[in-house]
Amino acid sequence: MEETIILSMRGITKLFQGVKALQNVDFTLRKGEIHALMGENGAGKSTLIKVLTGVYPMDGGEIRLGGKEQAVTIRSPQEAQRRGISTVYQEINLCPNLSVAENLFIDREPRRFGMIDWKKMNQRSGALLKSLDIGVEPTRQLGDCSIAVQQMIAIARAVDMQCRVLILDEPTSSLDDDEVEKLFQLMRRLKEQGVGIIFVTHFLEQVYAVCDRITVLRNGELVGEYPTAELPRLKLVAKMMGKDFDDLAEIESLKEVKKEHEGETPFLEAEGLSSRYIKPFSLQIHKGEVMGFTGLLGSGRSELVRTVYGADKPVAGTLKLNGRPVRIDAPLNAMMKGMAYLPEDRKRDGIFADLSVRENIIIALQAKRGPFRPMKRKEMQESADRYIDLLQIKTAGREIPVRSLSGGNQQKVVIARWLLTDPEFLILDEPTRGIDIGTKTEIQKLILQLAEKGMSIAFISSEIEEMLRTCSHMVVMRDRQIVGELTGGDLTQDKIMHVIAGGEAENG
Amino acid sequence: MKKKKQLSDTSFLLMVTVGLFILMYAAGMIVFADKGFAKPQMFLNLFISNAGLIVISCGLTLVMITGGIDISVGSVTGLVAMASAYQMEVNGSGAYTALALSLLIGLAFGVVQGYLIAYLDIQPFIITLAGLFFGRGMTAVISKEMISVKNETFLAWAKYKIYLPVGTTNKRGVFQPAYIYPTVIVALLVLIAVAVMLKYTRFGRRLYALGGSQQSALMMGLNVRRTKFYAYTLNGFLVGLGGFLFFLNSCAGFVEQAKGLEMDAISASVIGGTLLSGGVGNPVGTLFGVLIKGAISSLITTQGTLSSWWVRIALSSLLCFFIVLQSVIASRKKKSM
Amino acid sequence: MSSRGVKRKMASQKASLFKRITKHHLFFPLVCLAVVLLANVIKTPDFFVVSINGGVLYGYVVDVVNRASELVILAIGMTLVSAASGGQDISVGAVMAVAAAVCCEILSGGAVSTGAFQNPLILAVLAALLVSALCGAFNGVLVARLKIQPMVATLILFTAGRGIAQLVTKGQITYVRVESYKIAGGYIPGCPIPTPIFFAAGTVALVMLVMKFTTLKLYVEGVGINSSAARIVGLNSVRIQFVTYVICGLLAGVAGLIASSRIYSADANNIGLYLEMDAILAVALGGNLLSGGKFSLMGSVIGAYTIQALTTTLYAMNISSDQLPVYKAVVVVIIVVLQSPKFNQYFRSFREKLHPGNSVSRKEEPSS
Repeated sequence: MEETIILSMRGITKLFQGVKALQNVDFTLRKGEIHALMGENGAGKSTLIKVLTGVYPMDGGEIRLGGKEQAVTIRSPQEAQRRGISTVYQEINLCPNLSVAENLFIDREPRRFGMIDWKKMNQRSGALLKSLDIGVEPTRQLGDCSIAVQQMIAIARAVDMQCRVLILDEPTSSLDDDEVEKLFQLMRRLKEQGVGIIFVTHFLEQVYAVCDRITVLRNGELVGEYPTAELPRLKLVAKMMGKDFDDLAEIESLKEVKKEHEGETPFLEAEGLSSRYIKPFSLQIHKGEVMGFTGLLGSGRSELVRTVYGADKPVAGTLKLNGRPVRIDAPLNAMMKGMAYLPEDRKRDGIFADLSVRENIIIALQAKRGPFRPMKRKEMQESADRYIDLLQIKTAGREIPVRSLSGGNQQKVVIARWLLTDPEFLILDEPTRGIDIGTKTEIQKLILQLAEKGMSIAFISSEIEEMLRTCSHMVVMRDRQIVGELTGGDLTQDKIMHVIAGGEAENG
Repeated sequence: MKKKKQLSDTSFLLMVTVGLFILMYAAGMIVFADKGFAKPQMFLNLFISNAGLIVISCGLTLVMITGGIDISVGSVTGLVAMASAYQMEVNGSGAYTALALSLLIGLAFGVVQGYLIAYLDIQPFIITLAGLFFGRGMTAVISKEMISVKNETFLAWAKYKIYLPVGTTNKRGVFQPAYIYPTVIVALLVLIAVAVMLKYTRFGRRLYALGGSQQSALMMGLNVRRTKFYAYTLNGFLVGLGGFLFFLNSCAGFVEQAKGLEMDAISASVIGGTLLSGGVGNPVGTLFGVLIKGAISSLITTQGTLSSWWVRIALSSLLCFFIVLQSVIASRKKKSM
Repeated sequence: MSSRGVKRKMASQKASLFKRITKHHLFFPLVCLAVVLLANVIKTPDFFVVSINGGVLYGYVVDVVNRASELVILAIGMTLVSAASGGQDISVGAVMAVAAAVCCEILSGGAVSTGAFQNPLILAVLAALLVSALCGAFNGVLVARLKIQPMVATLILFTAGRGIAQLVTKGQITYVRVESYKIAGGYIPGCPIPTPIFFAAGTVALVMLVMKFTTLKLYVEGVGINSSAARIVGLNSVRIQFVTYVICGLLAGVAGLIASSRIYSADANNIGLYLEMDAILAVALGGNLLSGGKFSLMGSVIGAYTIQALTTTLYAMNISSDQLPVYKAVVVVIIVVLQSPKFNQYFRSFREKLHPGNSVSRKEEPSS
């Protein structure tokens, strides 16, 4: 089959205030190809897409469309759309209050004598939906349709606008298996029509189910482009996670004995616990144990710990602390029972930007104490100073608003906040993300020290080495459920990657 | 393929509104039959007294569909009346000039407020609250005393009766036809124009899109800022026009005129099914909202003993009821998703 | 260090002192107050002259401080509401009228006018405050629980409130012609300072005490700055926002009672008229962002006195009370525009064009 290249991106570079978000990245899309774009956090996937769709201007590189010699400059999302590049985002960008037909044709409704011709619009919509085998009435209100259907309507809109390149940004996150299959059917139909699809996703199984090629990015650089058939799962996972420079020596010596906890009552025991965002899971964590949660981004690790902590309301299942059943449906409950949670999204769920470093540090402890027992000034100052010192937080002072600190130091402030509450169980969701090597090492040391003193820790990280150095027990997750547990001698990078990758030889 | 008719929330809300009006009016007709409530003129008076409000409420519905709000409409109406009265009585201009002036004032408010809201992203409530105070103050700046209109053309417009084939026969057997004023015709024409615009023009649909989800509208390539700006500008024009119709009723300009009119307009829209969160609204529903307000007013006036403040209270309670109802429906929808 | 080095060091120290002063959160409100006071002195040279006449203080300044009392009390409540929910409570004027109406009706025993307390004063006052707190609770439920936009939710009482007050007083202005009732709005016998000033000061002191002995400030600011982070650290934003509305309603009740005492009656139409605008203006002039987050009570208090002084200036320029709203509206718009992020964006890019390469981006921090 003759392959025609419809999109060629070469040497794409994008800088954000001196930080290289993309460096010399190439990407090629062929006609009628479903091409997966994969990478962990900070890989540059979304930046690449935003450059392609005109949201960001690029700092270097060229984009060519349709096999033409002349490079193009895409200055806005509207221009991208006009050039035949359409995007369907995870948050459906349609209007729920309008009908299906209207969403398909908004701003380009067919008119007769200057007035919108509803009959024609509904007819054309019906035909379009039928041609893509989407079974929904054009007059139905979009908000009444399921997310899966809404997504397909968004795709239908793109198709009707003659797109040649269709970007699907994590379309399957909220879909169940049947809906995913339906989506794939639609994608295959588009493939036959010659549309090139860029499929951004975390779900390994899906990549192997429907994609022809895979491009892997890591830390803003291109790792490689591979035909799916020639890339076994294990290799893919290895390429995505790569190898990080790190300071092994100091850490190795600290971690000697892996405590065995057979026969002990676990500190925390969850059975069949689930929420809106995660399938039922069961796990046990012992006192003084560091339990790692690994898996690719989107595998559900954050959702799992949020459910334990009560940040997401649990829908079913039971939770026991020290053998006694408890009900935790709000963070304060969890805090009072000795839990602490460092959220993944520092900016959204972590820092209070305009409050001072001191206030950010003491706020969780204060919330535990309640509104009528305010901490004395001196106590607050001492606590803040203690942790600024302990964690080496670089700040001009404790009264400085936390927004003027660098990302890494902001992270330390949030860690200090939770340590101050003297928890029995500390949940750390990507605590070292965006932090320099030196600080990463400090935090890893700290985790071990805390576990030594009897604190139970749940540690989520995308970097396997980090977890290998600190965890005595690892839970592997994939596609929103636990797929394996490793301990003792099984705790090797190799074994872990195998479990993450899953199914042996099958590739698609 | 079977066509399942779903009772969408908007139809549900509209049904509640229309039903409420019919209920109220029928009750009035029964209870106050002896006081003339059942006469056709009574029904037509609803339109006569509220012609201006109908037009203003249409404008407000437009703005609320985009998810915004305008609480300056009452004070702009007062300003329009005062400015027109002043222009005619003190400066000696004609009625047509006064009309043009009214439209200009309305447009000016619309343009300034629209710019600040659409292009500087400032909350509509605060801007239009400032507009409310600006308008009230300016009215007093023009004149602190009441100005009654003596301009003949104007008064001719105000008093011109259009007789209808329906009416009542009084005790002496003389047929007294019911009548309306030209303001009613203008109001109904505006209503129809707005309804058509909302349903059959791209601009109208854009208003709904932007109110439904501003983010989505942006991603779909709609020029959100410009659309919002036009919405407020058009609203301003309608306030100017509606204000003039209102003025034709009062035939005078005075400070404190039309105080609280914004409340009536917002209540009429909300009761008529316009969602405060935006994206949903229908001028026909708004019309019924206005009629309900008129009915409450008539009922209380006919009853005679209750203070007129009850009208405000009843209307606010209804508004509260509908706001809570909307919020309950919305949260139920969120839970089921 | 060379002499040039010393000079540079001194210059940078001066610069940093200047920066410290201008960046202080009370700088903006104090500057506004100073400007208005200056305008007053220019228009009325004996603005600051105070004299004692008949055992009572006289003078323009005294007048300003006296009349600003209700506004100060309202501004405190409005600051809390604004900080926690990012919206404003426009029903405060109406709630003042309701409180006044309830109090006077109970005192007059239902009559239009009375010469003596028909019921105990304490009962009337408590009832009035209870009702105003209930109004606050009503707003609180709509905003905090039902998540309705604050200005829309409070619009209901904004309209209905005065009607309810009218109903309570049966459509009349109820007079309480009792000397002891006039004290709150007038003078304590033998004291030259008008009583409302004490009430204002007392309220400020009380609220500051509450802030000292509870975590009110931290909670309100936390919820206002980042409600999802607030949730994660165990704060209950619904409860916190609800409490701010109740406080606002209660304080509006207090202000209403003072206003009522001034005119020893309950005038449902005029008590607190347009004061909600003034209160919002006071909060904004106090350097507080109307979109919520960190707040400064002292800033709002200063803002309240500034507005009262502004009103005095405008009166001195022969602008009548019903024309005042024009100027206030303009000031509000100017402040809100200056506070808006979009405007700041335009301004910054404008500055970039004038001095390219001179911009100090936030990311350049001494820390890693």
